[in-house]
Amino acid sequence: MMKNEYVPFLSEIKEVIKHTDIEYTFRMTYDGEVKPGQFFEVSIPKYGEAPISVSGVGGGLVDLTIRRVGKVTNEIFERYAGDRMFLRGPYGNGFDVNLYKGRELVVIAGGTGLSPVRGVVDYFSEHPGDVKGMTLIAGFKTPKDILFHKDFERWEKNMDVILTVDCADDDEQCHIGLVTEYIPKLRLDDVSNAAAIVVGPPVMMHFSTQGLLNAGFREENIWISHERKMCCGIGKCGHCKIDDTYVCLDGPVFNFTKGRKLID
Amino acid sequence: MGFLFAENGINAVFEKWAEEYHVYAPKRMEGKGAFSDTDSVRYEEINKVEEIEFDLKSHFSFKDILLPMSETLFFFTEEQVKEADGPKKGAVILLRSCDLHAVRRLDEIYLKNGFEDYYYKRLRENVRFVLLGCKQAFENCFCVDMETNRADFYDASIEKDGDGYAVDNHYSDWEPLFLANSMEKKEVSPSYVTETEVRVEVPEGLSLDVSKSRMWDEYDKRCIDCGRCNYVCPTCTCFTMQDIFYTDNGKVGERRRVTASCMVNGYTDVAGGGSYRQKNGQRMRFKTLHKVYDFKKRFGYHMCVGCGRCDDACPEYISFSNIINKLKDAVAEVNDHDEK
Repeated sequence: MMKNEYVPFLSEIKEVIKHTDIEYTFRMTYDGEVKPGQFFEVSIPKYGEAPISVSGVGGGLVDLTIRRVGKVTNEIFERYAGDRMFLRGPYGNGFDVNLYKGRELVVIAGGTGLSPVRGVVDYFSEHPGDVKGMTLIAGFKTPKDILFHKDFERWEKNMDVILTVDCADDDEQCHIGLVTEYIPKLRLDDVSNAAAIVVGPPVMMHFSTQGLLNAGFREENIWISHERKMCCGIGKCGHCKIDDTYVCLDGPVFNFTKGRKLID
Repeated sequence: MGFLFAENGINAVFEKWAEEYHVYAPKRMEGKGAFSDTDSVRYEEINKVEEIEFDLKSHFSFKDILLPMSETLFFFTEEQVKEADGPKKGAVILLRSCDLHAVRRLDEIYLKNGFEDYYYKRLRENVRFVLLGCKQAFENCFCVDMETNRADFYDASIEKDGDGYAVDNHYSDWEPLFLANSMEKKEVSPSYVTETEVRVEVPEGLSLDVSKSRMWDEYDKRCIDCGRCNYVCPTCTCFTMQDIFYTDNGKVGERRRVTASCMVNGYTDVAGGGSYRQKNGQRMRFKTLHKVYDFKKRFGYHMCVGCGRCDDACPEYISFSNIINKLKDAVAEVNDHDEK
């Protein structure tokens, strides 16, 4: 009998890590192959399913960093360590760390966009010799919104980390789009061969990729990850389709040569 | 091998089929049309050949049989899931050539694009298709230009022949049944249409650039995003997940998938307020290019089968065949603009 992909399995919440009031990481049990950038459909009977990207992998666990913004995620936030949740997946292509080995790598992340690339950053933080140089530019709205505080302390030891906020709490003069300001300032030995990953809100991705191209990055050396409505995660429901591309099957990670041509 | 049946002979076949299959065919539903005193032609289970509507196009396709508008996937309690049972019987579906071509499109998405779909496959494996020959095209049909006017990948075909019924058979298991109930063996080749009044031409050089054309603006207002075109289309396959729970026990419920429409508001909404394609004109562009451009780019043939049901169903009298024909000028318009 063939597998019924729609039927979810139970996974136990091992730990809940609070980053902000509305962003928690749920550390869940999962045995199996998972790549950073892939996603699971988290399923709460009665409320529905939500596609959540994997923010960390290893030791029979997956991290799902979830922002409380809707019906399903509201319900997920009512759950604690020791509770169980239904999952199905992992789906999507994810990031292939091999593509970045031996090159200078720049990761630009906006807000929860840091979740899908966290696994990549972690990998090169643990294997700093695998890249020629690594820079992480992470932007958040305010200091209160910063995710993965402890990780930043660890990452700073092995890479250049630029942590920016658009707008400090009591700062009347908010700066929008600060991540992009750091792109021209990047010091790279060989920009034509350097790789970049950009993940975040659509506007941030637009201006960041533009900034990278202006700085001399080659289109084929940039990767992005898209977010769309996905009801099935397996190429059936149609919601995530753009042109001839199914974000759930062919993505969510795209090389920019393809990603830039996707018009909704 | 072909056969000629008298009415009682073909009904004997239907009776035999009923033991193993639900037999579905277009059926005239009196007074069920969109306007008063009009009839609707829809797919229903039938028992006798007289119930089949041979002379009109069905307003809705067979699609609902393979992809029910609302399909329960599983039942749940808080920590348990029980898969919904499949139908006990298979199905025989009587359908026209365009619709048989549409089955190929459904198979492409549900059996080949990514994982196989468990629920679709479970139904599909036990379905047999019987082609209804078309002696002439109906209003708004454009199957010839979409190359779906002929189909030979049927299990059997059926059409009226004088007072009887001519049947061609491709499915060897049915051979004895047909032999036993027919009047005679006969060379039968199903009728098919060779010309339609409505013609379409999908232009060369179509690309996503055509999104920038002004042709779509017209539909921002004309289209009322009701989604009827999607619901009647035999090739539209989108769905949305829906969880419901029972009012007498809120801890128990079921997950369903229900038909979705890319023309209707909310189709692309993500949690947190994100939404893509707000304007109805751009939704029309999305649907149009899927039907006659990007599906082909991915799978090698056009999605649209030219049944024209979307034109029949649109309450704003928007013609999809007309939209296809406007693409040529739109491509030129966009190219012109880019050159300047």
